[in-house]
Amino acid sequence: MPSQLIWLIFLLPVSSFVIVSFFIRPFVKPESRVAGYITITAISGSLALSLWALAAVMAAPHHQIVVPDISWLVVGDVTIHLGLIMDSLTAVMLVVVTIVSLMVQIYSQGYMHGDPGYHRYYAWMSLFTASMLGVVMADSLLLVFVFWEGVGLCSYLLIGFWFHKPSAANAAKKAFIVTRFGDFGFLAAILLLFAHTRTFDIAELHGLAIAGALAGTTLTWAAIGIFSGAVGKSAQFPLHVWLPDAMEGPTPVSALIHAATMVAAGVFLVARTFPLFAHSVEALTTVAIIGGVTAIFAASMGLVMTDIKRVLAYSTISQLGYMMLGLGVGGVAIGIFHLFNHAFFKALLFLGAGSVNHATGTFDMREMGGLRKFMPWTYATFLIGALSIAGIWPLSGFWSKDEILLHSQTGGPSILFYLAMITVFMTAFYMFRVIFMTFGGEYRGGGSGAHGHPHESSSVMVTPMVVLAVLAVVSGFWNVTGQFGAFMGHGETHSFVHGLFHPFTQTLPWISLILAGLGILLAYAIYSKKWLSAERIGSMFKPLYTLFIRKYWMDELYEGVLVKNALIGGFFAGLQQVDTYGVDGAVNGVANGAIAGGRAIRRAQTGQLQFYGLFIGIGILAIILCVYFFG
Amino acid sequence: MDFNYLTTIIFLPVLGAILIAFIPGLSARLIKRIAAIFTLIPLALSVFLFCQFDRSLVVMQFQEKLSWIPAINAHYHLGVDGLSLPLVVLTAFLGFIVVLISWKINLRIREYFAWLLLLEASILGVFCSLDLLLFFIFWEIEVIPMYFLISVWGSGRKEYSAIKYVVYTLFGSAMMLAGILSLYFTTGSLSMIELAEGGLGMVQSIMPAAAIFFLLLTGFAVKLPVVPVHTWLPDAHTDAPTAGSVMLAGALIKMGGYGMIRVCVSIFPQVARDYAPLLVILAVISVLYGAALTLRQTDLKRLIAYSSVSHMGFVLLGVFALGQVSLTGAALQMVSHGLITGLLFAMAGLTIHNVGERDLSKLGGLARQIPIIAVVFSIAGLGGLGMPTTSGFAAEFITFIGSFSSTAFSGMQVCTILAVLGVVLAAGYILWMLQRTFYGPVLEQYNGIKDADGLERVYMSAFIVLIMLVGIYPAIITDIIKLGISPIVGLLGG
Repeated sequence: MPSQLIWLIFLLPVSSFVIVSFFIRPFVKPESRVAGYITITAISGSLALSLWALAAVMAAPHHQIVVPDISWLVVGDVTIHLGLIMDSLTAVMLVVVTIVSLMVQIYSQGYMHGDPGYHRYYAWMSLFTASMLGVVMADSLLLVFVFWEGVGLCSYLLIGFWFHKPSAANAAKKAFIVTRFGDFGFLAAILLLFAHTRTFDIAELHGLAIAGALAGTTLTWAAIGIFSGAVGKSAQFPLHVWLPDAMEGPTPVSALIHAATMVAAGVFLVARTFPLFAHSVEALTTVAIIGGVTAIFAASMGLVMTDIKRVLAYSTISQLGYMMLGLGVGGVAIGIFHLFNHAFFKALLFLGAGSVNHATGTFDMREMGGLRKFMPWTYATFLIGALSIAGIWPLSGFWSKDEILLHSQTGGPSILFYLAMITVFMTAFYMFRVIFMTFGGEYRGGGSGAHGHPHESSSVMVTPMVVLAVLAVVSGFWNVTGQFGAFMGHGETHSFVHGLFHPFTQTLPWISLILAGLGILLAYAIYSKKWLSAERIGSMFKPLYTLFIRKYWMDELYEGVLVKNALIGGFFAGLQQVDTYGVDGAVNGVANGAIAGGRAIRRAQTGQLQFYGLFIGIGILAIILCVYFFG
Repeated sequence: MDFNYLTTIIFLPVLGAILIAFIPGLSARLIKRIAAIFTLIPLALSVFLFCQFDRSLVVMQFQEKLSWIPAINAHYHLGVDGLSLPLVVLTAFLGFIVVLISWKINLRIREYFAWLLLLEASILGVFCSLDLLLFFIFWEIEVIPMYFLISVWGSGRKEYSAIKYVVYTLFGSAMMLAGILSLYFTTGSLSMIELAEGGLGMVQSIMPAAAIFFLLLTGFAVKLPVVPVHTWLPDAHTDAPTAGSVMLAGALIKMGGYGMIRVCVSIFPQVARDYAPLLVILAVISVLYGAALTLRQTDLKRLIAYSSVSHMGFVLLGVFALGQVSLTGAALQMVSHGLITGLLFAMAGLTIHNVGERDLSKLGGLARQIPIIAVVFSIAGLGGLGMPTTSGFAAEFITFIGSFSSTAFSGMQVCTILAVLGVVLAAGYILWMLQRTFYGPVLEQYNGIKDADGLERVYMSAFIVLIMLVGIYPAIITDIIKLGISPIVGLLGG
């Protein structure tokens, strides 16, 4: 595959961004859909090229294509190159990003139709996709960081897309600042690695780590720094707080953020720099623990939310926790395989939530219900997504989750395995709680809504959901034969039929399927058949319920206690007092002192000759005395 | 070099100022045109020099040397190297832009433009002088136009701020003059080149070198500014007219960083090494303290002014990390900050001018009413928080890489990491400012406010193009800067 075409994967969305934002505006009417068509065409091109690249990488020796790089900057002994990596990890990520992005862009043609910011929306979506493709393809940590920040910027712009809403503007700012806090660690890690190795090149760093030249505390700190960047972007505990608020953006943006771009970047980064983690037990264990804890922690909040997008948001955090756990205990293939499957079913779920919102005008599940009748396509596809994320055989989520559970049994602290198993139950429960509250029973909304009767969305929105539903069924089959693992560098392959039914000969898949089944059953009992009352259960576990619904008070802790009171209202206010009354006060004090001194001395200037004569006399006398005594 | 480029660049604005001041009966339009022409030609010439600069030589170029006061061995000696040339171009650029920014001035136009041109000339003179006395004279001349610009065309407590600026600066320059005199009486030379080439070590001084170093440094530190001698800056920037703020933040405070490298580090490399820990710690304090105070500001211009304190801390960090890369980063940061903060002040000035409100708690929702200003202001803000593809990222990243890898002293890495925290805080105050100004519900009282007009769009675009150009391809400047930095690193002994 010619290297120009590989560059084109990234340059196509960049050019659609440039065209949409700078060139077409004077020539088209505001209601024109040209911006959408341009973006969709560009991303289709990228998708086609990505598939080609994937095929080429599969055929290439060592699953890697070498692309020549470009010299960018030479300062002193520092030489910085720009270049691309094209290996199995990149190739898989390219396909994920471009497929999900394409589906989201097509869907947005319906969802964003008539929005006054339609052009702006597509310009930023193009840039968002381009930045993520840049992260995936970059061959040096510096370049990854550049695009990484670009992804952060685009998510800022898109979360705050409806910036006239204060909640959206706040959510956008929060997302940027919280993730930047993580980026601080990433940047520090880049500095640390560079100071020790004089390179940003990822392949060289891998080589040094594998050779043992980069080891010990330096390596551990560098890996933890990189991981802190990933924690911010992938919304892991304790930097997860931005993601639920990021719901303020348009729903297709959430689909893109949650499935393929923003949050996937963190997991991808750990996978990309995995050799650094692999050579530091401490770093790898940290990844596994943070992942495992985040998985159950986020799931617990997902249990009680009544906003459909918020449930999905917490499920994303939880699933990202699984991916981190998978990376920590199993390696690149395990974590990335879950990312790969998750991208499709999570994009599908978000698009489904957007479709529901389009029909009902709300995200509050208490005002939904009975939508199965009105929206059969949305219901069917959403159900597939829910079954997949719950890990039901043979959908895609089953295959990747099963591998993570399997590896957490053998690697990492054993507590993580139990947490992950409990999370399986919780995931199935909250997803089917959504299904029953939204699609089951009778329609409860529409009282004052403008919509009256909910209706199925237009085909431009349904088609992407169907495509993603198909992918959510089949994407897991890639590794049924073990081929995904082999492509990623480890594992052996076997026949499809053997792989497909092999889980039933093992204990672990049975346990996880039973747990998921119990979760679904419980949701059915509470929300469909009402055998159990949700309110009764809620009041029985009142403290826990409060803890979950208040999100462990983390927002209050960060925004209220730390930022507002401790820093801006406390320490920084103190510094401001010091600055005004201490530092500047001293300056003004010196000035006032000089003026007062001048005033005092001015009295000596009486203008009377005798007075001056007197002082001259005293002076002369003093000099004589000095000379006499000391001279 | 037959043609005296540098003299022409410096004195054309002076000539323009004289014409504006003394030709009777000029119309306002004509005055503005004269000002534009007499700043555009120096800009064109400085860009020409930038292109003509011989990239294979590490010496001063375009030198002009005349004996000036033979009795004290003072010369009219001009020249530029890789360190000063980008700053000359920056100053000439801003000098021209501020004329455009001032197009709507209608109070005492004649004096205003005369002072503005004189201000530009004096800053250009500082960057081109190679003789300490000449350097000092240009340094001092700058105070006068700035004083008048603030006290006549300013706002708020303008008289207070103007006099504070003058007294503060004079305090600093008194120290500097003492330093220059001590140097002269120790070595008998006023030539920066001779002094840097080791004139100092051979002569037994009556004063310890460190004392002279700190006398000179005080003058530069006030200008940069370094905490705790920074308190003139927020007042002066806040109360100056827009063009004054742009010149102050964009070009003028760079004289401090430039002086530190050209005089303090070059002439006293050993002292600089000895005191690097102290100065790097002051840099970290400036970065974090400046950022913390920025987060507390409620006045649009004052917020940007405090952010300058934080951002110039990176310059101090890079300078006294004393490495090739860190010094390059510091020099690039000066250029980058000049562009970014210049644009920030221009946008703040435009917003305040059009909206008539500068209190962040009373602004809001302006993105719908003045979208062009909102977009440009945001781009400048992104530069300020170090977004990649803006010059802010390139400069800060190079500074951090250089400082972290520096071996100036053992705590260098911790100090660098602390300084990096300043970038996190920058995201906080910049985004907060943008949100308070442009986002949120549209406020009715601001309906019908004018967005940027044609001329304003022209200079905004010029700023953005340069910020992105330096951000995407910093080598365009660093390739020149390194020619100026490498001899200095040579003096430092590696």
